[in-house]
Amino acid sequence: MMEWIFAKISDPMTAIATFGARVSNVARKVPTWPVYLAGMVPGAWLIWQTVFGGRYIDPVRALETQLGLYSLQFLLASLTITPLLRFARINMLKFRKVLGLLAFGYLTLHFLTWLFLDLQFRWGQIGADLVKRPYITVGFVALLILVPLAATSWQGAIRRMGAQTWARLHRLVYIAVLLGAVHFIMQEKVWTLQSIIYLIIAILLVGIRLAWIRRW
Amino acid sequence: LAGGIGFGARAQNTLEPHSWEQITGYNNFYEFGIGKDDPAKNAGAMKTEPWTVKVDGLVDNPGEFSLADLIGDIPTEERIYRFRCVEAWSMVIPWNGFELNKLLAKVGVKPEAKFVAFETAVLPDVMDGVNYPILDWPYREGLRLDEAMHPLTIMATGLYGKPIPNQNGAPMRLVVPWKYGFKSIKSIVRMSLVEDQPHATWQQTNPKEYGFYSNVNPDVDHPRWSQASERVIGAGLFGGRIDTLPFNGYADQVASLYDGMDLRENF
Repeated sequence: MMEWIFAKISDPMTAIATFGARVSNVARKVPTWPVYLAGMVPGAWLIWQTVFGGRYIDPVRALETQLGLYSLQFLLASLTITPLLRFARINMLKFRKVLGLLAFGYLTLHFLTWLFLDLQFRWGQIGADLVKRPYITVGFVALLILVPLAATSWQGAIRRMGAQTWARLHRLVYIAVLLGAVHFIMQEKVWTLQSIIYLIIAILLVGIRLAWIRRW
Repeated sequence: LAGGIGFGARAQNTLEPHSWEQITGYNNFYEFGIGKDDPAKNAGAMKTEPWTVKVDGLVDNPGEFSLADLIGDIPTEERIYRFRCVEAWSMVIPWNGFELNKLLAKVGVKPEAKFVAFETAVLPDVMDGVNYPILDWPYREGLRLDEAMHPLTIMATGLYGKPIPNQNGAPMRLVVPWKYGFKSIKSIVRMSLVEDQPHATWQQTNPKEYGFYSNVNPDVDHPRWSQASERVIGAGLFGGRIDTLPFNGYADQVASLYDGMDLRENF
């Protein structure tokens, strides 16, 4: 045991690689559908609670904020996949798309909640808010950016577009996640640690890419 | 004025109060946390007995009073008021309290006084929020003297005939039904009669978004959201948004207070 620990300390890179390989092996055996399902559980639970649970005094607000938060969380999670591979040799690439699509799904529900449950078809106010309110505009732009990404998330799209074009298009996610985190901060009445932490994580994850891109 | 009040009483009868659970479970009271359910979870630790209120400034009888001495024999009555939050949601709340003007008469307002300033308690041991610079504590609010003297302006000490719960501002809070909720300062420990417009916490925190008057006004939007409509808490997933009324529906009684004022300028 002690020998094993010393080995880890004396050769951390090998230790990371072995650990990464082990996790990757497990990940390889897991199909993607249970991850889709697991990712939908919090949303399903939230919707169940708001519709039948009677847990929330203001269910519309709970639904709206929590769906938006789930979306941001899944988007950030999807952006950790590549750094995990590079830094820890953990290969979970096949879950990147799953997490991204879950984020897009939650974002769509978040937007629909705002449209139909919060603003309740008051189209005049909806239109004015989209144009006049910076935090709503920012969130809406993030949604618009993610639409083509979600639409080209199937394998055939990569083949048709060519890998390079596809990859370039999908770099737009970096802008979307930053806008999402900024949107989260902008809608608050006071600065909160929670929203600042999300923005910092988003900046770090995008910052890593900028460093990589510069090196390419 | 009496006619105006009569109309208010009639309009009040059509209001259906929200439930105890809604009124006491969904609060903004940042001293106890930023989440809407934080005050209900955390405010129980605050001791409201004994409670001292300092009365100072341009008054005949300044001093530090126990709440019971301060209120004395002023009788309480029920007032069912609309409550409109600046965040564009609303409730109907059956307060128990008394008109602030009765308290002001007791402490004796000197003729030079133009405004009333209020302060909320700062109790770091039980109010975790005040340990963080979320706002510039203590929470402070103020009214112009004529607003404070208006018969719709009350000090509330009860809810549904019971003592007011801590999360709703125990043991005594202000209620100004034609203004956004944050003007109705909670858990008051100080009341000062002053000559100049007093410090108001949200106005100071973000003067572009929150004005000193903060009268409910569907025509003057918050920079980040429209004030034209509001979501009625508890009205269900599909039916809860209604048009916001000028002065929160109390225009007949209070609009004249602002005659000749540009309400866009003085939002």
